[in-house]
Amino acid sequence: MRLHDFRGGVHPPGQKHLSAEQAIEALPLPPRLYLPLQQHAGGPALPVVTVGQRVGKGELLAQAQGATSAPLHAPTSGTITALGDFTAPHASGLPLPTITLEVDGADRWVERDLSPDPFRLEPGEVAARVGAAGIVGMGGANFPAAVKLDKARQAQVHTLVINGAECEPYVSCDDRLMRERAADIVDGIAIMLYAVQASHALIAIEDNKPEAIQAMRDACSSDARIAVLSLPSRYPAGSAKQLIQWLTGLETPAGGRGTDTGLLVHNVGTAYATHRALRQGQPLISRIVTVSGGAVAEPRNLEAPIGALVADLLAYCGGVSADCARLLMGGPMMGQPLPGIHVPMIKGTNGILALTAAEVGEMHPPSPCIRCGRCVEACPMGLLPVEMANLARREEWTHLQALGLSDCMACGSCAYVCPSRVPLPQYFAFAHGQLAAQRREERKAEQIRLLMDQRQARFARAEQAKAEAAAQRRAAKKQRAIVAVEDDD
Amino acid sequence: MNVNPLAGAPHAHDGDSVSRLMGAVLLALLPVTLYGIALFGWPALNLLMVTVLACLLGEAGCLWLAGRSMRLGLLDGSAVLTGVLLALSLPPWVPWWIGAIGGSFAIVVGKQVFGGTGQNIFNPAMLARVMLLVSFPVEMTTWLEPRPWLSGSAPSFLNGWLITFGHSALTDGVTGATILGHVRTELGMNHALSQILPGHYQPALAAVGWTGGSLGETAEILVLLGGLWLLWRRAITWLIPVAMLSTVLMLASGFHWMNPERFADPVLHLLSGSLMLGAFFIATDPVTSPIAPLGQVVFGIGCGALVYIIRTWGGYPEGVAFAVVLMNAATPLIDHYLRPRIYGRTWRGQPRPVRRKPHET
Repeated sequence: MRLHDFRGGVHPPGQKHLSAEQAIEALPLPPRLYLPLQQHAGGPALPVVTVGQRVGKGELLAQAQGATSAPLHAPTSGTITALGDFTAPHASGLPLPTITLEVDGADRWVERDLSPDPFRLEPGEVAARVGAAGIVGMGGANFPAAVKLDKARQAQVHTLVINGAECEPYVSCDDRLMRERAADIVDGIAIMLYAVQASHALIAIEDNKPEAIQAMRDACSSDARIAVLSLPSRYPAGSAKQLIQWLTGLETPAGGRGTDTGLLVHNVGTAYATHRALRQGQPLISRIVTVSGGAVAEPRNLEAPIGALVADLLAYCGGVSADCARLLMGGPMMGQPLPGIHVPMIKGTNGILALTAAEVGEMHPPSPCIRCGRCVEACPMGLLPVEMANLARREEWTHLQALGLSDCMACGSCAYVCPSRVPLPQYFAFAHGQLAAQRREERKAEQIRLLMDQRQARFARAEQAKAEAAAQRRAAKKQRAIVAVEDDD
Repeated sequence: MNVNPLAGAPHAHDGDSVSRLMGAVLLALLPVTLYGIALFGWPALNLLMVTVLACLLGEAGCLWLAGRSMRLGLLDGSAVLTGVLLALSLPPWVPWWIGAIGGSFAIVVGKQVFGGTGQNIFNPAMLARVMLLVSFPVEMTTWLEPRPWLSGSAPSFLNGWLITFGHSALTDGVTGATILGHVRTELGMNHALSQILPGHYQPALAAVGWTGGSLGETAEILVLLGGLWLLWRRAITWLIPVAMLSTVLMLASGFHWMNPERFADPVLHLLSGSLMLGAFFIATDPVTSPIAPLGQVVFGIGCGALVYIIRTWGGYPEGVAFAVVLMNAATPLIDHYLRPRIYGRTWRGQPRPVRRKPHET
């Protein structure tokens, strides 16, 4: 198959060697797990357990709320000790409603629904089971997987793209998963193909992972529908839009969905989770996380229960050295800085990185933009980051939107190459925030106007009713007077 | 552990910086600068000192007036680069006040008035050169034949000092014309090129810079090597130099083919004047050239076309400075109209419909 190309992109040093040769290890069960109700795109999950309740491994803790949402299950057996706020794995350090599970160490399974052969179920039922297992996009997007499967089936998608590009530096969890559990991933892909009713699957892997490519080729050799594709390593090859462009030359229309091009992109981890859910009745309660970075003593790939604290993961990897300048959840290009180590990992956490100042590249202070155009060259979306940042600084929102602010996917390529160290993605995040606030204000004003109109209408109705009542009273009085006169007669 | 939770992504960088970029350009200019000094002696070195010093003083004064950090502004290397580029584009034996006026004009009027580094519309060095050429035509068009260091014809240190800072006017004995200037004068007298060029122009000598001209523009080979190193170093992109040079080459080839007695051959255009210096070091100035690839191509073509037009039909024998300054003025317009197409959108910015393909097998 001929590869097309995508625009721009950058080549950050992979740094995969730190962790890629470490086989997946299970993290010993920590004493407590913290499960935020909002670990996915969409509505937060609704708790169905109470404090003090004993739960088994895999038991439902919170159910999906709304069409786009995901349920939450107990990663191990234990007792619910709190339903309350806990620091979220987000730079703000703000709390999120969280279920706290005191681990009993028995790791006792709740009764599992070992479903029959998934290929005997209706495709929609397969997707429903993926949804009931709480599976979300494991590449970090956290979008409920079942919603994507259903939408893709309705859009008559012909090809399922399995994203094993893993273009973020340092992160090696997908690499290890493909090397060690290729057969399970391929089984998950077959189940997904059935759920979507698509005819083909392409597994796209960057060529810096030759072992994973070989393992996947061996595992899918018996299935003619599935092929493995080696991609040149270039960030952000693992972005769904760029991946689709690379494979087909097609572009997802602005404001549209990937499925508009006839392709559906899912992460390898999602395929693996689908296999676990449909074959073993295991909901999404654990995942592979890469713990790496120059400030981590022993970088590793861990299979950890959802809700384990970052502190637990780091401690198992020998702790963090004193020269750690940045603590991240995710990769260095798009990862979130963490407010501290006492935050839980969630379903979409692919990496925990502790980076030194040298790795972060914090050696130079920002300087004035010299309009060199490197950001324009690097932008995979064809935007003008330098112009957009200028407009954001001047708060010219309308003009900024016309330049394509909504098309920016915050991949960070522009800032990676900026010689002046202008924090370009932060300008765009600021603009998004300001525009959202503006829209909220507009909605509020609209609501107030509506309420005022209703109030006036209500007053007018009351006035009218009063007037009518007065008229009736007058008429009745007149009537009574006439009757009285008649009586007198 | 002292982590910064408020730092935004990306948490990685390719390591380049503005001062390193400026340093790279200065390094690429070093061979041709040294060669120019060797070719034209002490006065050339004096001139270089004067322009660089004038630029640094202008920058420092403006930063002080604006209350900005002196250290950051002076250490980024942009003022030094402006001074060097200005010196390289001047006749090597001009008196010191030409360099001083030019250097301070370049920084104060060419750059700081617009708001400092990154804000200027025109290339400061070229703006200063144009101003000097228009204001002091005699000094700016007095060229001399090469008189290399340590050779008998080279001025001594003292004489060099007198040439730059004293009042020793150049005598006709030492002056000469540039190739382009000579061609222009002779063509004006209706002489044919086959009569004009022999004895005045030898391509091999022109390529190594053994001819009259500005301090740093004559040695095309060294300029080209520096430019190629900058390309390899990714300090500049190839679009502007290639577009500019190929436009001049194509125009020159076309006209030369039509009338070889009236229009000089493309190699002469390439090897004379400051075309090569302009294409690699001046038109590629990031601040004053377009930011998007398509715009850079148009900018390069515009510069090349203007250079050829001014050289061939204009009032001056050389036009690189005018061409670059004129195209600088067009840069905001080019940037406004020639944007890249956004992914998933048409050129007009509307969502781009998908032409769905069946699966390829």
